[in-house]
Formats: sequence, structure tokens, C-alpha cells
Amino acid sequence: MATMEDFHGVKEVWCPGCGNFSILTSLKKALVELQIPPEKLLLVSGIGQASKLPHSLQCNFFNGLHGRALPAAMAAKVVNSELTVIVTHGDGDCYGEGGNHFIHTIRRNVDITCIVHDNKVYGLTKGQASPTSDMGFKTKVQTHGVILNPLNPIALAISLDCSFVARGYAADTDYLTELIKKAMTHKGFSLVDILQPCPSFNKVNTYQWYQERVYHLEEDREFNPNDQIKALQKAGEWGQRIPVGVFYRNDRPTFEEQIPALRDGPLWKQDIRKNLVQEVIKEFY
Amino acid sequence: MGKQVAMTGNIAVANAMRQINPDVCAAYPITPSTEVMQQFASFVADGKVDTELVTVESEHSAMSAGIGAAAAGGRVMTATSANGLALMWEMLYIASGNRLPIAMMVINRALSAPINIHGDHSDEMGARDAGWIQMYSENGQEAYDNIIQAILIGESEGVLLPAMVGMDGFIISHSIENLELLEDKQVRDFLGEFKPKHPLLNINKPITMGPLDLQDYYSEHKRQQAQAMQKAKAAILKVAKDYKAVSGREYGFFEPYKLEDADIGILTLGSSAGTTRFVVDLMREKGIKVGMIKLRVFRPFPIEELQQALSHLKALAVMDRSDSFGAAGGPVFSEVRSALYDLPARPKTVNYIYGLGGRDLGISPIERVVKDLQEIHQTEKIKELVTHLTVRE
Repeated sequence: MATMEDFHGVKEVWCPGCGNFSILTSLKKALVELQIPPEKLLLVSGIGQASKLPHSLQCNFFNGLHGRALPAAMAAKVVNSELTVIVTHGDGDCYGEGGNHFIHTIRRNVDITCIVHDNKVYGLTKGQASPTSDMGFKTKVQTHGVILNPLNPIALAISLDCSFVARGYAADTDYLTELIKKAMTHKGFSLVDILQPCPSFNKVNTYQWYQERVYHLEEDREFNPNDQIKALQKAGEWGQRIPVGVFYRNDRPTFEEQIPALRDGPLWKQDIRKNLVQEVIKEFY
Repeated sequence: MGKQVAMTGNIAVANAMRQINPDVCAAYPITPSTEVMQQFASFVADGKVDTELVTVESEHSAMSAGIGAAAAGGRVMTATSANGLALMWEMLYIASGNRLPIAMMVINRALSAPINIHGDHSDEMGARDAGWIQMYSENGQEAYDNIIQAILIGESEGVLLPAMVGMDGFIISHSIENLELLEDKQVRDFLGEFKPKHPLLNINKPITMGPLDLQDYYSEHKRQQAQAMQKAKAAILKVAKDYKAVSGREYGFFEPYKLEDADIGILTLGSSAGTTRFVVDLMREKGIKVGMIKLRVFRPFPIEELQQALSHLKALAVMDRSDSFGAAGGPVFSEVRSALYDLPARPKTVNYIYGLGGRDLGISPIERVVKDLQEIHQTEKIKELVTHLTVRE
């Protein structure tokens, strides 16, 4: 039986009140409830405050470069499909420098879970605008406010027919735990974008700000996460009311299922069949 | 005359940029260079510069935006560190190959993996073949002086090359020191206005930049780049002379210290020159004839000048704050030793790799280097060509 203590890593080094604490707790709870032991888990991260999460969670861990967590995670999963592979990184990491990887990982549909701690600001470098910062958001660099349209990760993922698209809220931990569990058990690429207050550098999207706006998608009884068009409409909802929950899901085949070499199980388990290779080589010598 | 101020290396560089007043800056945050652009952004917001500040989604985009702006005829600057510079790598060659005199501050930091945010030269040394002029700074004052000079060196007639100036991350970038800033007017008069020869925005003389250039002319264009780099040597000295007239501070390819009568010497660059100078003084008090040479310009590499400055030494230690794995030592060592090869009598030369990932180079490791050099001088034998200093055994 894996318990919360089994995943206990080094002490967290985030600011007091950071949304990362509850994301870490929700993730640990999801792992315990799904009974994924640390040795069967691989966390992959990039660079940023969110990417420091795996330091505080005891398991296999690959710390990659800024924006480059997804390719490493995909490769690990393809080689060893028995591993549970979770990517944990921030909005700057995944949607900014790693934006191109985000798009093509969705297309590829490898069975991994992508958790994005979306605080709408660069925390590690002390408060510059990120790709998801709202227009008008002022920082020490964007002194007159952001003039670019924010990237909408939910809408982008749905429009790419992403296999599983969800949004959570860091302070709603029980609900977030359930979302992470759904994402992990979904077969195919699953995105969980998490609204995360940053008390140090984001004075706009605060706990109070979210508390007044966030509602569960289940409250809308008409809503059906299998309907791509309706999901896209919901994804556009932002401002007075902000929906969280599973926006969209489909059962399109995974990358692994479509690669003949992977049909006989994970690569590391397969017999290399040296004899066959030698026969091929013999033809040339 | 300028005024004495106390500030960090990063803030000094941001102030240099304010005084330079470039047309365009494009940047992406990365430790420890973030503060430069953050401070500069406040200058933009306060209307102290006319710069168009472009915040982008990666360093690759930062350099790309800079290239576009420079091609259009603008004076362009940026700042970065470590993996930020590494991500720019592809674009560094586009800037130099298109002969665009962009000036960039590199707050030197160790390259991943493993992740390390502290100062070493692996980032800038990794870009040493990218066709950029390269300078290194011992302290905030030099970083300030070098980045101002870099603008004119790169824009010089016959040169037209981008230039990067290094400053050791945290050790210099985040340390407060007393330094002298020139008056704003002095800097603006010194630099004058940039008049690009072939800007893309000249609608009367349309040109193409960077198209396909195959077996027919590519070699000639690359030779022109090599020649431009050689011409940069004269430009560096001329700009230094003019800068001395304004600032009173003297710069060359390198700075010798107690080297003339020395038997043994230490060649270093960046912040470690301060500690090395201190050790040289300590050793001199004991009667040991040791000197130092602080390299400022690494590209173009001052071969003949170094030959002259070092030929009388019996033993020389070259200090590298980055490694070149599998090579005959660190990058500075390889070049210095190669430069000495043609001398009829040359010092026995050894290499020390030190201070990786920001590890401090204290007094005792340099004393050990001096001791090794004394032994080499006496025995005329080298025991170990390349030594990893400041590392656990």
C-alpha cells in the first residue's frame, strides 16, 4: 500500500500561500488513491517554480530544460509503457518556450498526463508576463500592461482534438484530486491546466478573485464533454464566471497503439532477436 | 567627468543601455540576466530611452527579433545567460553571417545539465565560433565600459559584426561595487548615431539578406567574415583609445599585471582576475617573480600580441572557467598554447579548469597554481597538463 508518506520528498521552497502547495497535495492524494507506487511513477519537469514540484515528491524524476519536458516524457512512456508518466510544469514553460511541443504532443497522443500550474506569470524569474497573462496585466517589464491576447490552453487543446482536456483550481483540492485521477486513468494525452494563484507576483488573479468566479462544469446539466463544439464554447468563458472540470474527452487511438513495434509490449521487455538481425547483416557480407 | 555610484553589475549594464539608447531591445527572462532587462524596462516606462522593448516567448525569438530590427537598420541590444544563449545558438550565426552589429550582454552562467544558475564561462565559450566579437569583464566597471565600446566596435567600418560582452553571473552581476558612470551626453556623443550602410528599410536601394548561397559564393562570404574579424582588432584598439579620452580608463586586448620581470605567469579572464592579482601581490612580497595577464578580448583572439607579452615567461598557467570535454584542455588554454607554438622559446604552459558552476576560486587554489609553476620553472617538467582545480578528489 502506497501512502502519502511514501511520496514525501525534500521540503518545498515556494513562497507562503503559493498555489503549488495544494497542487502537490492533490497530486500525492491522486497517486495514493490510484495506488501508483513511487517506483512505477516518472515525473518529468522543465524549469520554473512549477517544475520544482518533483523535488518534493519521492519518485523517478527527469528534470529537463525550460519548455522541453514533453518530448522527454513522451519518449520515456513509449519505451516503457508500464510507467505512469506525468509532466508537471508551468504556463511559461508549457505554453511559451514549449508551445510548439505542446501542440505536437497533443497531436501525437502519447498516454501521458500534462499538469500545468497556470499562475499567469513567470514566478522563478520574479514576475514577468507569461503567455496566459490577461491583457492589461502590469509587471516590472510590461509596465504599461500586456498588450497581447492571452493564450487559451483549453481552447487550443480542444481545437487540436486533444484526447482529454480539463481545468482545475489549486484551492479546490478535492475536486482537483479527482480531475488528476481522471486524467491519469484516461488512455491518451491528458491535459490538466490548473488555475494557480501566485501571491508574490500576480496581484490580479488572487484566491479571492478566483473564489468569486470559479464553478464546476457539472453545475451546467446541459454540458457534455464529448461535444467538441460545446466544449470550445465553454473554453471561451472567462471573466465573470470561470468553469473548471473536464471540458473535453475522446477515445482516439494513442501513439503507442499505432506503432507496430510497440504491440508486443514495452520496448525494454521485447526480445531483440539477434538471430534475425544477424541474418540481415549476412546478406551484405 | 563621470560620477561615482554604488551599484550591481546588472544595474550598471542597464544604465549603460539607458545611455546607449538602442532602437530595439528584445529579451526573455533568465537568471542571472533578468535584472538587466527588468531595470531597462523601467527606463523605457519612464521615457528615459526611445527604445522599442519587445518581450518575446523564448531567447531564440529574442535574437530573431533583434536580427530583424538590426537588418532594418536599428541599433539593437539584448541580454541573456546560459541556456538562453544556447537556445539563441542558431540565430547567433544568422546575426554574424548577415553582418549585423548587435550588442549583447551575456551574464555568464553554467550550462545545464545538471541545472546550475551560477557563474562560469561555458555559455559564452560554447558560442566562441559563432562569428561574434567576444569580450570578458573583471567587474561591473569593465562590463559597463565594455558594452558601450562593443557598440562602436561592431559598427566599425569593415567590421560590421555582432559583439557579446561577458560578466560573471552573481559574482559580478549581483555584487555591489563602486564604479563610475559617464554622463549621458558623453556616452551619446561618443557613440553618435548609427548609420547603417545597407538597411532593409532603404526603399531606394532594395536588397536581399540571407538567401541561398551555395558552392558559388559561400566560401567567399565566410572568408569576408574571417577578414572582418581580423579588422576588428584595429577597431577594438581605436575605440579603446577614443574611450580613454572620454573616460580616462584604458583598455586593450588584455591587461598585464607585474608581468614584465616575471618568470612565471597566470593568464585568466573575468572576475577571477581580482583574486589572482591579490595572490600575485602576496607572492611578490615573498620575492616570487610571478605576474598576471587578464584577457579581455577572446574573439578576435590576439595571437601576435599575446606572443609578445608572454614570450619571456618560463612557465604559464592558463585558467579556464569552462571545460572543452575531450579537447587538449579548456578553450582558453587551447588557443593560448597554440599561439605560443611558433615562438622560438616559449613558456611551459599548463591548464587549470576552475570555478565551474560558480564554485569560488579562493586564494589558496591560486597559491597552489603558483607553487606548481615554480616547480615547472625549476624542473622544466610538466607533471600534469590539465588540472581540475577547486574540485573534490
